[in-house]
Amino acid sequence: MKEMLQNLREASIRAILDCEDAELLESLRVKYLGKKGELTSILRQMGKLSPEERPAMGQLANKLREDIEEAIEDRNKVISALRMERRLIAESVDVTLPGKKQTLGHKHPMYNVLDQIKDIFIGMGFEIVDGPEVELADYNFTKLNIDEGHPSREWTDTFYFTEDSSILLRTQTSPMQIHAMETKELPIRMIAPGRVYRKDEVDATHSPMFHQIEGMVIDKGITMADLKATLNLVVEKIYGKGTVTRFRPHHFPFTEPSCELDIQCHKCGGVGCPTCKGEGWIEVLGAGMVHPKVLAGCGIDPDVYSGWAFGMGLERLALGEYKINNLRLIFENDRRFLEQF
Amino acid sequence: MKLSRKWLNEFINLPLSECGDRRFTEAMSVSGSKVETTEDLSQMIRNVVAGRIVSLEKHPDSDHMLVAKLDIGRESPVTICTGAWNVHAGDVVPVALHDSLLPTGARITRGKLRGVESDGMLCSLKELDCTLHDFPYATIVPAALLNDYHPIDPDKPSISADIKPGDRIFGKVITAKAIKVENAGEGFWKCSLEPEAVTVTECSNIHEGDLVAYNTAEDAICTLEDLRAKQEEFPHCITDGILVLRENCVPGDDIGKLLGMDDHVVEFEITPNRPDCLCVIGLAREAAVTFGKQLKLHKPVVEAKAGGDINGLAKVVIEDDRLCTRYTARMVRNVKIAPSPEWMRERIRNSGMRPINNIVDITNYVMLEYGQPMHAFDFACVDGGEIHVRCAREGETMRTLDGTQRELSTSMLCICDREKPVGIAGVMGGENSEIVGDTAMVLFESACFNGPSIRRTATSLGMRTDASSRFEKGLDIENTVDAVNRACELVEMLGAGEVVEGIIDVLPNPVKKTTLKLEPEKINALLGTELTAGEMVRILEDLGFTVDGDLITVPSWRGDVEHYSDIAEEVARFFGYNNIPTKFTGAISSCGGFTDFQLCERRVGEICRSMGMDEIITYSFISPSYYDKIRIPADSPLRDSLRILNPLGEDTSIMRTTILPSMLEILTRNCNFRNKSVAFYEIGRIYLKRDDGMADEPRMISFGAYGGGVDFFTVKGWIESLLGDMCKGVLRFEADRDNPSYHPGRCAAVYLDGKRVGVFGQIHPKVMDNYGVDSEFYCAELSFDAVYANRKDLAVYRPLPRFPSVTRDIAVLCDREIPVGRLSECILSSGGQYLRECELFDVYEGDSIPSGKKSVAFSLTMRADDQTLTDDHAEETVDSILKALSEKYGAVIR
Repeated sequence: MKEMLQNLREASIRAILDCEDAELLESLRVKYLGKKGELTSILRQMGKLSPEERPAMGQLANKLREDIEEAIEDRNKVISALRMERRLIAESVDVTLPGKKQTLGHKHPMYNVLDQIKDIFIGMGFEIVDGPEVELADYNFTKLNIDEGHPSREWTDTFYFTEDSSILLRTQTSPMQIHAMETKELPIRMIAPGRVYRKDEVDATHSPMFHQIEGMVIDKGITMADLKATLNLVVEKIYGKGTVTRFRPHHFPFTEPSCELDIQCHKCGGVGCPTCKGEGWIEVLGAGMVHPKVLAGCGIDPDVYSGWAFGMGLERLALGEYKINNLRLIFENDRRFLEQF
Repeated sequence: MKLSRKWLNEFINLPLSECGDRRFTEAMSVSGSKVETTEDLSQMIRNVVAGRIVSLEKHPDSDHMLVAKLDIGRESPVTICTGAWNVHAGDVVPVALHDSLLPTGARITRGKLRGVESDGMLCSLKELDCTLHDFPYATIVPAALLNDYHPIDPDKPSISADIKPGDRIFGKVITAKAIKVENAGEGFWKCSLEPEAVTVTECSNIHEGDLVAYNTAEDAICTLEDLRAKQEEFPHCITDGILVLRENCVPGDDIGKLLGMDDHVVEFEITPNRPDCLCVIGLAREAAVTFGKQLKLHKPVVEAKAGGDINGLAKVVIEDDRLCTRYTARMVRNVKIAPSPEWMRERIRNSGMRPINNIVDITNYVMLEYGQPMHAFDFACVDGGEIHVRCAREGETMRTLDGTQRELSTSMLCICDREKPVGIAGVMGGENSEIVGDTAMVLFESACFNGPSIRRTATSLGMRTDASSRFEKGLDIENTVDAVNRACELVEMLGAGEVVEGIIDVLPNPVKKTTLKLEPEKINALLGTELTAGEMVRILEDLGFTVDGDLITVPSWRGDVEHYSDIAEEVARFFGYNNIPTKFTGAISSCGGFTDFQLCERRVGEICRSMGMDEIITYSFISPSYYDKIRIPADSPLRDSLRILNPLGEDTSIMRTTILPSMLEILTRNCNFRNKSVAFYEIGRIYLKRDDGMADEPRMISFGAYGGGVDFFTVKGWIESLLGDMCKGVLRFEADRDNPSYHPGRCAAVYLDGKRVGVFGQIHPKVMDNYGVDSEFYCAELSFDAVYANRKDLAVYRPLPRFPSVTRDIAVLCDREIPVGRLSECILSSGGQYLRECELFDVYEGDSIPSGKKSVAFSLTMRADDQTLTDDHAEETVDSILKALSEKYGAVIR
């Protein structure tokens, strides 16, 4: 009997180790350890043994059962590991095949830049206001201290809807200064981006419709120092830290003193190059202290309140930011162009 | 405005050596006179010197070239070949040496011409970028040299090839040979001829040995004109040639310097409020304060030695004192029209103008120097000796100096004599009173006109001149007398005539001085500075303001200064904008931030992009013909657009009342660019006319797409996703067969809670034809304002389902005309409390389905929040749905 057990041990362990399939392994378990299995049939012969032999032989048989079970268990682990390995190999893909295409739309490059500017001002506690494009000459000109007879009021420069030149397409976002001063509670901190219109033929740098961003702050104690501090910060946000600025006197009828803000050419560092047309500086925006006459015209006491305002062209900013060399591309809306941003 | 630095130095001591271009540019720009460009004229000409012709010989290997040896003030002479015949030994000419640069941009190097080494080139006027206006004496009169005769028809020569001295040509004209040619000065030549004669001629192309046609009767050498010959018969006897200098220069002198090109010219961008800076004196004043220099001004002195008085000779009447605020005049008699001296021509040239003659140059010089445009009339042509400043009369015309006949309108201010206009005020003079060679009496006008009036006249005549562009900005009314006196002073200096005593100065209304109060604290409050009153006064006084206590008197040339804020700007400019502190002086007292409307707009854009659409920006104005293109009926209110009265063109002449044509234009353009597929969105305004003449400007969301598998249901899916994400309320679609722009079978109106908010579908094939595109466009137009109005409230958390859902599929048979949407609505409304979702999964017609019917299959999802649903619950729900479908639409279960 001992010999039989020994034979069974050898045969079963070998069979188990040779097995490569989980189902086959299960059938081996039945074959060796099942109710009608080989171990059972050997144990049935226990009765033939002497009582002295039985405990030792029982121990031997139990040991064999445990060993077979353990062998099956171990083999099972190996088989599943093998199976997993084969599956993973079978499931391998060519990772260089193209991904499944997801089409994402693109924001228009100019509005990318506009949103960037909006976010800068929102972060500084400004609000964004919006107003009509079909505007009264009163708001576009008169209340901005642009008198009758000013060249910009000519029919050669401005689009009009009425013979008496009273209704027009706004030529600037500056009328939003007046709307804000007339309707908003003080203090005001606002920007007003939007479409403006001038009678310019389409070319690489002109379009009869373009965009401006107006900005204005009205409060007690607002000075030109505040204008400089704020706009310097904005320019740093747009053009990067360390951008060198220069404020230069200029003229706008509705601000006094007026200025233009130049940034030092980032390409040549101010030495002069084609990018800055040899000037070393690039003009960025126009600004100034809101003219006391304009304040008074809107019912704000210039002896109590003061303010500053600025205006900048969005197209030029976007063209510069993305190195676009022709304004026509902005309004052409060619998919191959739009996709690039 | 172009400023010559050399001229500037007459008024302030600021040599280039002390203040280079960079420093000048930077300092002037930040004090308010923005420098656009600086041109170093000396860089435009290099290595061009004066040379005296030592010897002149015929080229050994050419019948028309000459070889000159020139003394250029160096050890050895240079040899230069030239094709020009107007030079002689002894002439001083400009020589472009080896490796030279000419103002035209041409570079000259040494080279061989037909075997003879040439060390450079002799220059003509053209090569120096000059004209006869710059060098009036440089006219070349060529003689007809018979040795240059080339018959037009070789078989029938007018002059025989073997013609000899003494042979008669015609009449008194005989052939003569030049034996000796000597310089007779002032551009004349003494020619000794054979047969024996000596004559003086201005023809400069004759050399010893040449055969000329000599008119014995007139003792003159014949030109081509005299022989009535064509240029091609005498191809080398031409008016073009080398500039023979009469300036006092010696060999080796730099020609650049002679041309006044040892100068730097600064071009300024002057803002329209500063017409006082459109002249040398004005800029000198700015520069003086900028650089802390003394401004040296000169008061013109006129001797007026001619007898009589202008007041006895001329009369000036201002008939419109609104358009002409001052008219000052002086008179010059015994005028001698001649070229002006080189120094004056040089300054005029460097300021970007062309010299003409002494009188015209003086008017331009004074304009450049004083900023006061002047005009000179030939007084003999001023009928009655009277000047009337009045508007043109109906039907009046005048030929201006540029030779154009002008029709004048009654709003145009004119300078007239007793009868007719002799000039358009402030714009251009008339040809009828032009200064010509024999002008003897000149009336100088120095006047002040209404700016906008001059601008309108100039614009409507299409002739913006140097004068009008100054007048239109409003000039210094106190400048007219000094300017006219300066002109007269120059007349005397140049010996151009004799100035008549007296001055006419008509000033209808007294000049008002602007005075302001000096309020240092207000200025500091505006600037954020802490300047003292003394510092402010110093700046103002330097600029020509007078300050008495706290009373500021504004100088007459500063019409732009009328308010304390203007004073603040003057102070700031010279204190330095960049010296003003950079400091936040306002306290943030408001919160700012995006409004709900703006957030909603951003969100719409984000969703559209996430669905694969690119954003476009289109013009707000369109062509009225676009309404035809999208087939809008003639009587549609959509055609009632705001119309621009002065559009750039038809294509941009009306404000759009629909956003569709803008999208179609862009889709068409992309098609033409051969882009295979596109998907676009735009959030843009439309402009709806209001009774008050203004517009309501609601925003629209527009979609447009073609290619890439996009169809009706793609666009519908976009709308469902967009409105489903953003809006509350029931979204419903209904076929719209009547929209003329869309395919009648593929167009739907969009409703939110029963209110129409938009339309979408496939573009009508006829519209596609109108756009000339062979493709299918799909578009949508949605009201952004409706989206905003229906925007979802803030989401409130709903507990996740705790009990499982049950699904049942049903398939019903119904008439094929019944829209599936109606069935779904019916299911949702009849499904009771447990029905959560109803999803269509099949629509089938064909085999096994009776004709005229269709089978529609839905998957129903049911769930309760408080229990696991049983089969009974599910059956109950399905039964009530089937009952409703059957009752309402006659749909029966399959």
